[in-house]
Amino acid sequence: MVTSLPAQVRRPPKAAKPPKSSPARRTGPLGLVGLLALPMTWLVGVYIFSLVMLLVTAFWTTDPFTSKVKPGFTFRNFEQIFQNSAYLSTSLRTLGIALLVTALSILFAVPLGIFMAKIAAPWLRAVLAVAVTLPLWAGYLVKILAMRVTFTEGGFFNWLMAPLGVSGPGFSITTVVLTLTYLWFPYMAIPVYTAIRQIPVNLFDASADMGARSWRTIRTVVLPLIRPAIIAGSIFTFSLSLGDYLAARFVGGTTQMIGSVIASNINLNPPIAAAFSVVPIVFVVVYLVGVRRTGALDRM
Amino acid sequence: MGATRSGSAKREQQATASAGVSLQGVSKAFGQFVAVDSLDLEVQPGEFLSMLGPSGSGKTTVLRMIAGFEDVTRGRILLGDADVTSTPPFDRAVNTVFQDYALFPHLTIAENVAYGLRVRGVNRSDRAAAVARSLERVRLGNVADRLPHQLSGGQRQRIALARALILEPKVLLLDEPLGALDKQLREEMQVELKQIQREVGITFIFVTHDQEEALTLSDRIAVFNKGHVEQVGTATEVYEYPQTAFVAGFLGVSNLIPADHAREITGVNALISIRPERVRLSAPGTPIGQDDVAVDGVVFETVYTGPSTRYIVETERGLRLIAERHNDHHPASATAFGRGDRVRVSWTKDHASVVPAA
Repeated sequence: MVTSLPAQVRRPPKAAKPPKSSPARRTGPLGLVGLLALPMTWLVGVYIFSLVMLLVTAFWTTDPFTSKVKPGFTFRNFEQIFQNSAYLSTSLRTLGIALLVTALSILFAVPLGIFMAKIAAPWLRAVLAVAVTLPLWAGYLVKILAMRVTFTEGGFFNWLMAPLGVSGPGFSITTVVLTLTYLWFPYMAIPVYTAIRQIPVNLFDASADMGARSWRTIRTVVLPLIRPAIIAGSIFTFSLSLGDYLAARFVGGTTQMIGSVIASNINLNPPIAAAFSVVPIVFVVVYLVGVRRTGALDRM
Repeated sequence: MGATRSGSAKREQQATASAGVSLQGVSKAFGQFVAVDSLDLEVQPGEFLSMLGPSGSGKTTVLRMIAGFEDVTRGRILLGDADVTSTPPFDRAVNTVFQDYALFPHLTIAENVAYGLRVRGVNRSDRAAAVARSLERVRLGNVADRLPHQLSGGQRQRIALARALILEPKVLLLDEPLGALDKQLREEMQVELKQIQREVGITFIFVTHDQEEALTLSDRIAVFNKGHVEQVGTATEVYEYPQTAFVAGFLGVSNLIPADHAREITGVNALISIRPERVRLSAPGTPIGQDDVAVDGVVFETVYTGPSTRYIVETERGLRLIAERHNDHHPASATAFGRGDRVRVSWTKDHASVVPAA
């Protein structure tokens, strides 16, 4: 993941012929096979193949009596998803959660990144960098468990807030959003911080020199320059949130996400699970196409 | 919101023609390091003042304090009659041209130049007109739609100038603006800067470590060394009458003659400074005029620099003096003196200046 200032992005001039010393020339076709054999086996054999199989399964049927999967071709699974309001509302809920998690991550990452990159003393910057990446070191379930302990009825949050007469969100959609933000925040914070670090300090001075206050400078200088980094981060926060089901299961109470529905159908009705798993894929593809249209991907 | 309004109102009030800058006992410390030590400096309205000094002498820090980018540890800064010591940069009627231009890479040239007007809420059509005028002034009306990285260094430099001047500041601060340009372009830009300054008639405070640039451009020069000002004066004053050994040595080449040698040669018991171009060479024993002083020596080294040749002469007492002769002889003919030749070094007494003991 490379983020850079737009100004530094320049297309190299097109060479008429590849230089003679290019690695491909030197190694020859056999060398190229050697280079790509392993990654291609992985990419095509395992990664793409399993995804295609999943999509194919979405058109199969299940025997209602034996619950056995029968190959075939039917749109019934998809019809069911579009007609059943529970599936529909779950899809929209999941989309909302993913967007909210992304928005929260941006909201936290930008000011933190500005502080870390431009204001904090070096020692504090190091401490914060560790603090931001710390969640990556702990296991996924450990972190969900930590949130569970915090937000459970007699948990830490309620104990802390009780004197103020505030009671926590308990196990609910709010806690799911908070937990997912907690889980994926580093994926936003790190690229954003790196991009802000690359902004020359003089640009902040120049903006202030011409009369802009801090907020104005953030809006007109910082945000446009770190947009590629925000988009890179959002691809992670958005798609990881879309696919998650354990947060909903352990801290969501009755909250259902796409992942929860897939998980509960995975043994009962694999074709329905497969069909439903197309939904987050579509969301991500639509998101990527939308992002691409803004031109932000060219600059990644 | 209220603060914003009063801020810009304040700025408009300040924004009438040019203003002087007054630094009164200004100090700046970074932790234990004192970058600027109790500095007093008066900059006259409409003046072109250069702050000249080696890197680390505090000149850029002073500029940044005038702009408002650095807090003042002690002392006061006045802009005209207004105390701006604790005014944030966005409320000061000064603008800065940065060393590396600091153009916004994501904005076009026109958007860069219009930035300050946009912040101030100037409407679109007035903005466009002002930008066109401003780009015309720096003769770059044709690059309005390009991005900064598509421009050459010299063009970027001009855009930075246009962007700062469009806000009609009372004082323009320039932080080594020509430092990144090659020699020829730099000389062109010097002429242009001087013209623009005359045209807009505002105070220019120009930071540079290039003594030639300072001598060429400035009405007055403040020579910085180790966080304080060694001397302030016109180009002629600081060059011909350096008040400290540092100034004599930093501005061009100077012969600094210690008091004991000076006493023997000239009868003046003080450190004196004489510029190489004012030192004459002749055959040993040549009679000298009434107002001249002379000392004999041996040519130790000659250095050809194109327009002139430098002769380093060592006297019998071991003092080395540099004499510079304009190369006005026939190019093919040999230089007047060679290594090892015995020569007489002389100069007119009052061409030398006494450097007050520090």
